[in-house]
Amino acid sequence: MQELIPYIPLLLRGALVSISLALASLALATLLGALGAAGKLSGGRITGYMVQLYTTLVRGVPDLVMILLIYFGGQRLINDIGDAMGWDYISLSKFLAGTFAIGFIFGAYLTETFRGAYMTIPKGQIEAAEALGMKRLAILWKVTIPQLTRFALPGYANVWQVLVKSTAVVSIIGLEDLVGLANDTGKSVREPFVFMSFVLLVYLCITWVSTQIFAWLERRSALVGHHAV
Amino acid sequence: MQFDLVLENWPLFAGGVWLTIQLTVLSVAIGFCIALPCGIARARHTPIASPLINAYVYLFRGTPLLVQLYLIYYGLSQFEFVRDSFLWPVLREAWWCALITFALNSGAYATEIIRGAVETTPSGEIEGARALGLSNRQVDWLVLIPSALRRALPQYGNEFVFMLHGSAVASIITVQDILGAGRTLNARYYVAYEGYLTAAVLYMAITGVVVLAFRMLEKRYLRHLNIKVNEKAIKGRHALVA
Repeated sequence: MQELIPYIPLLLRGALVSISLALASLALATLLGALGAAGKLSGGRITGYMVQLYTTLVRGVPDLVMILLIYFGGQRLINDIGDAMGWDYISLSKFLAGTFAIGFIFGAYLTETFRGAYMTIPKGQIEAAEALGMKRLAILWKVTIPQLTRFALPGYANVWQVLVKSTAVVSIIGLEDLVGLANDTGKSVREPFVFMSFVLLVYLCITWVSTQIFAWLERRSALVGHHAV
Repeated sequence: MQFDLVLENWPLFAGGVWLTIQLTVLSVAIGFCIALPCGIARARHTPIASPLINAYVYLFRGTPLLVQLYLIYYGLSQFEFVRDSFLWPVLREAWWCALITFALNSGAYATEIIRGAVETTPSGEIEGARALGLSNRQVDWLVLIPSALRRALPQYGNEFVFMLHGSAVASIITVQDILGAGRTLNARYYVAYEGYLTAAVLYMAITGVVVLAFRMLEKRYLRHLNIKVNEKAIKGRHALVA
């Protein structure tokens, strides 16, 4: 137990890496999810098929496989392109590869979340806004998006909780996040149980804090007089 | 890309597929045995048991599977009494550690699924069974559980896929599952993506089979909820009458 204490600052710095990775991935996933949902809802048949292909492919492959594929495969691809173009060696950052992989995976889940949320907006509201002479962008900004956030929030919270846990896997490619650092240091001082228990605790804290934040957001975005469940 | 390597090493991947399926099916099955009593106890707010189960569920659902696996595989060997105990031959093996972790993890997720399914049982079903003079035990086994499990089926399909994908972390602790086979291939021939790509395709294929299998099960066991079919039949009848 005493062995753990001097390492706590280091591990907390690792936790910061994990959290930044999760937030960066969430941003990318939100962007991809919004694009995917828009493509599925408003695009033509080909865009629809492409989004369908994206969500089906991603949801069929484990996150770990995706990360390894993007990190090692991506590095190889960069090398091949670099050789052809005569560049110097460019190394793919582990953090970037992790962000890209996790954002790519959860973008597929968010596509479904956003699409489902959009479908629950009553069509009459859009028609009413059109009848009032609102422009498309104004409808999107003033009618669709405020309600979309409300309906999508529970699903979004769910995806975030799964995403945070997914970031642990990025330690496999050698990212010095909470799990990677705890695994290395814990083994070197021969106290892996204590170090891993600490990691569990940190993840439980992250989960708990995000539950509170999302509960607050849901209360805030709920309709007046309607309580978020 | 050199995919002839994959074809040459097909026994490696066949073994990987077998191990992945074995781990996934066993974990989900053991998880179910944990989850059934735990889920019912949670739904009924059984004193003492319910908060304890809640803690177990929160711990396993709130933390990454990889960390749980590390804790059991690397962590437990830290203690001398574990190494001296009769359980050591089991806990020394990566395969057993993976199975124990996955089963506990799946049990936690499934507890929540079953709790939800039990809580949403229409009270009329239970009242009807009681009115027929069934004992408490009979109500549980003949009405509550079969009805709840049917409703849990779609979510259980998700849980199965989740476990299938989660089981890929077993390759980190040297289990030769699908991803393990891919990693071995990459290391042996010093290639970058052939092994991973093959693993991805295999996982995708198994996912597809699992999804189809659950869809068939749902079709069979949730027939009474399949209103679409009935609607069509009714419409057809009306058309005839008109």
